[in-house]
Amino acid sequence: MEKFTTLKSRAIPLNIENVDTDQIIPARFLKATDRKGFGDNVFRDWRYDKTGEINKDFVLNDTKYSGQILVAGDNFGCGSSREHAAWAITDFGFKVVVSSFFADIFKGNALNNGLLPVQVSKDFLSDLLSLVVSNPQTELVVNLENQTISVPDSELLEDFEIDAYKKTCMINGYDDIDYLVNNKEQIEAFEAHKIY
Amino acid sequence: MTTKKTLFDKVWDAHVVNAIDNGPQILYIDKHLIHEVTSPQAFNELEERGIPVFRPSQIVATADHNTPTLNQDQPIKDKLSRQQLEQLSKNCKKNDITLYELGHKYNGIVHVMAPELGITQPGMTMVCGDSHTSTHGAFGAIAFGIGTSQVAQVFASQCLLLTKPKSLRVSVNGKLKNGVLPKDVILYIISKLGTNSGTGYFCEYAGNVFEEMSMEGRMTVCNMSIEMGARGGMIAPDNTTFEYVKGREFAPKGDDFEKKVAYWKTLPTDDGAQFDQEYSFDAQDIEPMITYGTNPGMGIKISETIPVDENPSFKKSLAYMNFEAGESLINKPINFVFIGSCTNSRIEDFRVAADYIKGKKKASNVTAWLVPGSKQVENQIIEEGLKAVFEDAGFELRQPGCSACLAMNDDKIPQGEYCVSTSNRNFEGRQGQGSRTILASPLVAAATAVEGKIIDISKQLN
Repeated sequence: MEKFTTLKSRAIPLNIENVDTDQIIPARFLKATDRKGFGDNVFRDWRYDKTGEINKDFVLNDTKYSGQILVAGDNFGCGSSREHAAWAITDFGFKVVVSSFFADIFKGNALNNGLLPVQVSKDFLSDLLSLVVSNPQTELVVNLENQTISVPDSELLEDFEIDAYKKTCMINGYDDIDYLVNNKEQIEAFEAHKIY
Repeated sequence: MTTKKTLFDKVWDAHVVNAIDNGPQILYIDKHLIHEVTSPQAFNELEERGIPVFRPSQIVATADHNTPTLNQDQPIKDKLSRQQLEQLSKNCKKNDITLYELGHKYNGIVHVMAPELGITQPGMTMVCGDSHTSTHGAFGAIAFGIGTSQVAQVFASQCLLLTKPKSLRVSVNGKLKNGVLPKDVILYIISKLGTNSGTGYFCEYAGNVFEEMSMEGRMTVCNMSIEMGARGGMIAPDNTTFEYVKGREFAPKGDDFEKKVAYWKTLPTDDGAQFDQEYSFDAQDIEPMITYGTNPGMGIKISETIPVDENPSFKKSLAYMNFEAGESLINKPINFVFIGSCTNSRIEDFRVAADYIKGKKKASNVTAWLVPGSKQVENQIIEEGLKAVFEDAGFELRQPGCSACLAMNDDKIPQGEYCVSTSNRNFEGRQGQGSRTILASPLVAAATAVEGKIIDISKQLN
């Protein structure tokens, strides 16, 4: 997993609530057996119309927006557990997703792939979306060490929460497998008296 | 004084291997269910890192998401689908994992197959790379969906690193009205609480309504816990549970069974145990339900009208569905009906549908797919004579799989068409690009297929 410390980048505003993982990556693209290439089809049915033409109105196709930060509406990533959603978003080039609420499984999947979910207040999200829409050049700074998200030279700054263990993993590029495999003895000791 | 514990606490605490200071706990997983779509990358990861599968005997695999529901005896035409299934077979063989592949007598949707084989038991911890793993909570198990990185973690260690979720209890008491099925109960709860009310929680369903439900009904309810954001849902194990488990292929036998029952009886939530959040509802308020939008929380009683809301996401959703705020769905013409999915593809669901359909004919405008949850359910449908009822009425009984619930295979609802579906998600494009899903019970789905339009089933029954 790639390490994450700080990121300064422009952002793409996706002002839609309840974005589910079927929108992030529709089921018909889940037939691959490796992790790569899902970025081509991220938000497929919003990026392209039914004839396969590019939908110019969709933010990912709007050339005035760019960057490695996706700013999305409330309750992002609900629905299916497909990790393909996190793979698709990272494969497209995002390193951070900002929302006022994340679904549990998506959040875990993101953290396991070096994609930082930054949960902010509804007011902060609303201000941030307005700012990015009115000025697409706006740069955001996400500092994982200090757990802050801010827009330099503005009043926009907010702290965000992250599990202390997950923070260490992100900063150092560790994942849970390393930890679990190194604790085999404890696991075997537990198995000596397991019920099932 | 001993601490009062919830059902969830008891099962969780019995599986904690250790805890990291100020961090997550190592939770031991008893059963790991896998399928073709979310496992290949996890197998690859282990192979790349040179880590063996730690406890292959605690893993059970099935092929379900990406399988055809016609001509299962023939080679799969779609190359990518075929390769994905071949990969699963190869991975299972190489790692000595039991696989119920296409055509096997135990093949079926992972959340139908495991309970009917007695793999699912009270007090267990169970995971699967599928969010509807919450289904198994109907037995008083902690069961939840995981991502593929976590699938790899369980392969490597039979454990997961997790922070203990908060606890939530939803109680429904009273007498359910005629025609109100378990699906209506859960759609009603989600419509009241919303799609993210359960996020961060594990939910226990309590009250006489759930106590009186069959195991299949309880599975339907727990299945949709994730649709209100809860990682899992649970119902306290009782005699209904023990009777269901008893005698199944992989259930404990003889003395072992009696010992397990004695243990299972200690699992229900202690009187006075505290939940972080509680909701309660009156069974009398629930009516047959239907959804009108693009998330499962957008549900109404079938007799109600679509609410009016100025929220842009709400309006976007109605625009996608081509519905107007304030309108009724009664008499809307419907051309597609799907009875199936891990929510409603068990024998009781087909009995309900067959009871209604018997002696009637499917409307000529309707394409109706009946997709059993497993080979065993399919055989039962035939043995009980339900297949004949369906075929006499013009319905098509297909072979088991996830099918049109997520439309990974060829079972897709065409662009712009409505489908009254017994599945669990009405997201945009879920049943095929541009398709419009209306979630309902098997009874409402059967009635829609016969009438060719949505009707107020409660009027017909009362």
